[in-house]
Amino acid sequence: MSEPESDTTERNDEQTFEAAEYAGGVVSYPPHPIGPGGTERVGTVDLREHEARVITWTTSTATPPGVREPNTLAIVEFAMGDDYDGPPVRALGQIAEQEDGSADQFDVAIGDRVEPVYADELREPGIGIREPASQSWDGFRFRPVDE
Amino acid sequence: MERVAIIGVSMTRFGQRDAWVRELLAEAGAAALTDAGIDGDDLDHLYVSNMASGEFEGQTGVPNALAHDLDAMPAYTARIDQTSSSGGAGVYAAWQSVASGASDLTLLVGGEKMTHRTTSEATDVIASLTHPVEYKHGVTLPSFAGLTARRYLDEYDAPRESLGKVAVKNHANGVDNPHAQFQKEVDLDTVLNSPVVADPLRLYDFCPITDGSAALVFCPESVAADYVPDDEYAVISGIGGATDTHVVHERVDPTTMGGVVDSAEIAYEMAGIGPDDIDVAELHDMFTILEFLQSEDLGFFEKGEGWKAVEAGVTDRDGDLPINTSGGLKSKGHPLGASGVAQVYEIFKQVTGDAGPRQVEAETGLACNVGGFGNCVTTAILEGSK
Repeated sequence: MSEPESDTTERNDEQTFEAAEYAGGVVSYPPHPIGPGGTERVGTVDLREHEARVITWTTSTATPPGVREPNTLAIVEFAMGDDYDGPPVRALGQIAEQEDGSADQFDVAIGDRVEPVYADELREPGIGIREPASQSWDGFRFRPVDE
Repeated sequence: MERVAIIGVSMTRFGQRDAWVRELLAEAGAAALTDAGIDGDDLDHLYVSNMASGEFEGQTGVPNALAHDLDAMPAYTARIDQTSSSGGAGVYAAWQSVASGASDLTLLVGGEKMTHRTTSEATDVIASLTHPVEYKHGVTLPSFAGLTARRYLDEYDAPRESLGKVAVKNHANGVDNPHAQFQKEVDLDTVLNSPVVADPLRLYDFCPITDGSAALVFCPESVAADYVPDDEYAVISGIGGATDTHVVHERVDPTTMGGVVDSAEIAYEMAGIGPDDIDVAELHDMFTILEFLQSEDLGFFEKGEGWKAVEAGVTDRDGDLPINTSGGLKSKGHPLGASGVAQVYEIFKQVTGDAGPRQVEAETGLACNVGGFGNCVTTAILEGSK
């Protein structure tokens, strides 16, 4: 069991927010072995390069073992450009904590523009039911962008 | 294809029980055999709907254990796990076993033992059904409900109070259900002022953690009257199962459950009827928002109008389309593997005229059992034999 690191949220330009592109141009996050309509994966899209907006959010006050409490979550939708005509590309993720030392999570609203912020540990592995080695525990939180 | 009848039903008291999963399953299973007037060794097939007996209490192999406890050897046995829709999937498997001719008598028992775990632990066992990219963010089924409820309220300009009225209605129905975990009414102020669990949803928008079991006995319709009086059985006139995405955020419309739409279409077509022909329905109100989504995706109401039906009393017990006369998962409780079986138990009681103080005028009823957050769905339509 690993110990949680304090303040795991930081910019990390080496981490990519990897989505899959399939033949025909459809993009999905997360990637799947087979794409919509049985299409093959033909490439990778880094979602950090696309503008994201909140389509809904919640603050959970009853969280599972190893998860911060409260835990504000959002589903965000990425703008994939005028030429993209596939299904919406979205991700579910935690809302980032403010960087003023308070550890308070940012407030968000439907329609807010957000940007991904890398965190090397989103919840503490080994505390919940899932086998720690069975998946990754790092990923991207979202924080509001001033417009 | 042989039409399939249900000739025996039972359910245990739902709630916090001292019994463990084996004992709960045996209690409901034995009672259903008695109700159908048969013995365990009459069975060809025995199915157990259960999501997580291994994770919750370290007991695996429950179908074999139940077969032995009911003296049902050498019946073929299998465990049906489809998360929260394990019960509905069990109904599908039992129906299929008889409709295909593989079995002339099938017992289905759904059950779960959960209350010995803390809420946090139980929530994590259930959340383990999620995709790794969701699980690592600490998502729970209640948080999916909060995300969806906010989107629904925003998109359809529905008042927060309308969700609370689902809880008020279903608790009122549960008062008359002797098997329900909560048999007391709640008022709207209590619901709206209860602690926030997943904003905008509060404690009373959620079903409880529950122990319990329910059971059904199936046979070909052609021989149903050999076991029970000819006005005391029900026929499965339509049934459909379907899946939606595993990753919830990949759904094109976050307020539509595609598995409900698709499974209902199959069930309606098999039964040769449409949503207007349904007299009573049991929906999977694990969270109040789910009653809105399912009532729309089953075709009872237009998209975005389900909340108005609740506000207008259409879904009350004395309304045009009573929904969750049992009290629903909200009041009756939600022992995962048992819930889909208990939904069919309630519809059976309604269409055979045996629902006591909960009785409504019903010849045809529908049960919709949802797993995950709409990930897997079974919709079943029952008609009384009268």
